[in-house]
Amino acid sequence: MTIPARPLISVEGLARRFGNTGPAVFEDIWFGVERGEFCCLIGHSGCGKTTILNVLAGLDAPSGGAVIVDNREIDGPSLDRAVIFQGHALLPWLTVLGNIAFAVASRWPSWDRAKVRAHAMTFIELVGLKGAENKRPAQLSGGMKQRVGIARALSIQPKMLLMDEPFSALDALTRGMLQEEVLRLCNETHQTVFMITHDVDEAILLADKIVLMTNGPGARIAEIVVNTMPRAERHRNDLHRHPQYYAIRNHLVEFLVNRSRNFDAEIAGQGYDPRRLRVVKPGLAAVNPPAEVVSLGLSR
Amino acid sequence: MKASLGLRAGLLSLLIFAAIVLVWQIAARPTAVSGPAVDPEYAKLVGAAAATGQKSAMPTPADIGATIWKHLQDPFYVRGSNDKGIGIQLAYSLGRVLLGFFLAAIAAVPLGFLIGMSPLVHRALDPFIQVLKPVSPLAWMPLALYTIKDSAVSSIFVIFICSVWPMLINTAFGVASVRKEWLNVARTLEVGPLRTAFRVILPAAAPTIMTGMRISIGIAWLVIVAAEMLVGGTGIGYFVWNEWNNLSIANIVTAILLIGVVGLLLDQVLARLTKLVTYPE
Ligand SMILES: Nc1ncnc2c1ncn2[C@@H]1O[C@H](COP(=O)(O)OP(=O)(O)OP(=O)(O)O)[C@@H](O)[C@H]1O
Ligand SMILES: [Mg+2]
Repeated sequence: MTIPARPLISVEGLARRFGNTGPAVFEDIWFGVERGEFCCLIGHSGCGKTTILNVLAGLDAPSGGAVIVDNREIDGPSLDRAVIFQGHALLPWLTVLGNIAFAVASRWPSWDRAKVRAHAMTFIELVGLKGAENKRPAQLSGGMKQRVGIARALSIQPKMLLMDEPFSALDALTRGMLQEEVLRLCNETHQTVFMITHDVDEAILLADKIVLMTNGPGARIAEIVVNTMPRAERHRNDLHRHPQYYAIRNHLVEFLVNRSRNFDAEIAGQGYDPRRLRVVKPGLAAVNPPAEVVSLGLSR
Repeated sequence: MKASLGLRAGLLSLLIFAAIVLVWQIAARPTAVSGPAVDPEYAKLVGAAAATGQKSAMPTPADIGATIWKHLQDPFYVRGSNDKGIGIQLAYSLGRVLLGFFLAAIAAVPLGFLIGMSPLVHRALDPFIQVLKPVSPLAWMPLALYTIKDSAVSSIFVIFICSVWPMLINTAFGVASVRKEWLNVARTLEVGPLRTAFRVILPAAAPTIMTGMRISIGIAWLVIVAAEMLVGGTGIGYFVWNEWNNLSIANIVTAILLIGVVGLLLDQVLARLTKLVTYPE
């Protein structure tokens, strides 16, 4: 018997319930994120997305199942998994430089001040905040704070990035700029990313793979949508001109509007195996109908 | 054009001050009326001359001014154990307050950290704190005198007891209410517990802790006067009591003003320090 190769992040039978009684937020969740892949999780508010991310980050312990990263079960937070928090979570008494240097010095405790500073400055420049390094978070705009959060996460050179709706609090223009920046940074560094979002367009722009989560309680992963638009062809401003765009978008919107509520009825007749999720490529339907529907699970 | 608010407020302050001085001056002027029978008890206390009103025991603002000037000329003289300059007396009180306060800070901040971090310790210690906190610090004095057998140390102990509670409670509260997301940042960066305590929790809770310290030093300065009146010997509280026995109201008023000024300065120092550690969110 051969052991199937595991993806870099492998979520296996994850369950989480708060309190001893009542339904689980989610149960028997299985999916994986490959090395170098950008994976988005989409679902309605309250379905348990943040809960999943907290478990991946090691900040929360699951009630059942496990998360395997690099073939080891995680049992707590790690510098290998950087988190970009929903509310940026900068330390307000430190400057921009101080915030990033705190992370860098945590990553490499033996480094001296000058080295920590130089390393932190590289990442401040990377996100375009040179000149603002001595400002406190309170003196920054929302977009700048979010950039500091991104720089802090990248500065520790993690194996993967976990992002919880990093751009949802920003205005459309700033959000677009930061999305492009994240896309560029991820292309350059070949980061593995797991990101939560509400925004269908954001998912299409950034993600290679979109995980659809149904409404809770007892939320499930409905299916995996592969973004068949190559990264090089995704640009914020003419995303809507791409031949595959509307097919993917419609599929996601249809899920959020209708199927996420009625998923249990949808699967009632058919077999649904949480370990062998349907992988769909709605983008290909647009260029090469009919839809190519492939059944792939963990063992692909 | 309107003068600035500060200027107008200053003018108003001066006006109020002048009015008070004026009313006082008129009220305290010597009256030569040999009034009706004076309460003998009162006469014994304030002395016959004053009681019968030949010379009011109440000094005029001019007298006070002269007394303050006299004290400020030579605040640090020592003429025998019972006759020391007002500066020396203030220094004694200040020394006790600072010593008691710092001892209290050394005890309260770490203990407050523990209470703030551990719900178990919080629950366990809460009954003690709730019962002991409302006790007047002076109620501890007899117990302190009996066990310590030293009046100076006893008054420091009383300062310790009265300043420990605000610091303890504020530290615990500040530590317990550090934002979860800041702690999560430290956790995801795998920061050790000690470094988290000093680099995240302490700066996050510092404004609350400093506010507690500011309350504490205010209470300590209130209490020291009463404590020194009780134990005697030295200090500004003893000075006030001594001058009451000498019936030198001018000296008492001088002491009151100086106590107020020193209290103000203490408060301002703590306010500055609080501002230093406060961060905008
Ligand atoms: N600490 C907790 N105690 C009890 N219930 C909780 C706790 N945290 C989350 N929940 C519940 O778990 C469910 C999922 O919460 P979660 O924060 O993961 O939602 P979410 O999908 O991230 O929503 P949103 O998109 O609004 O951020 C919610 O119904 C919430 O009420
Ligand atoms: Mg959430």
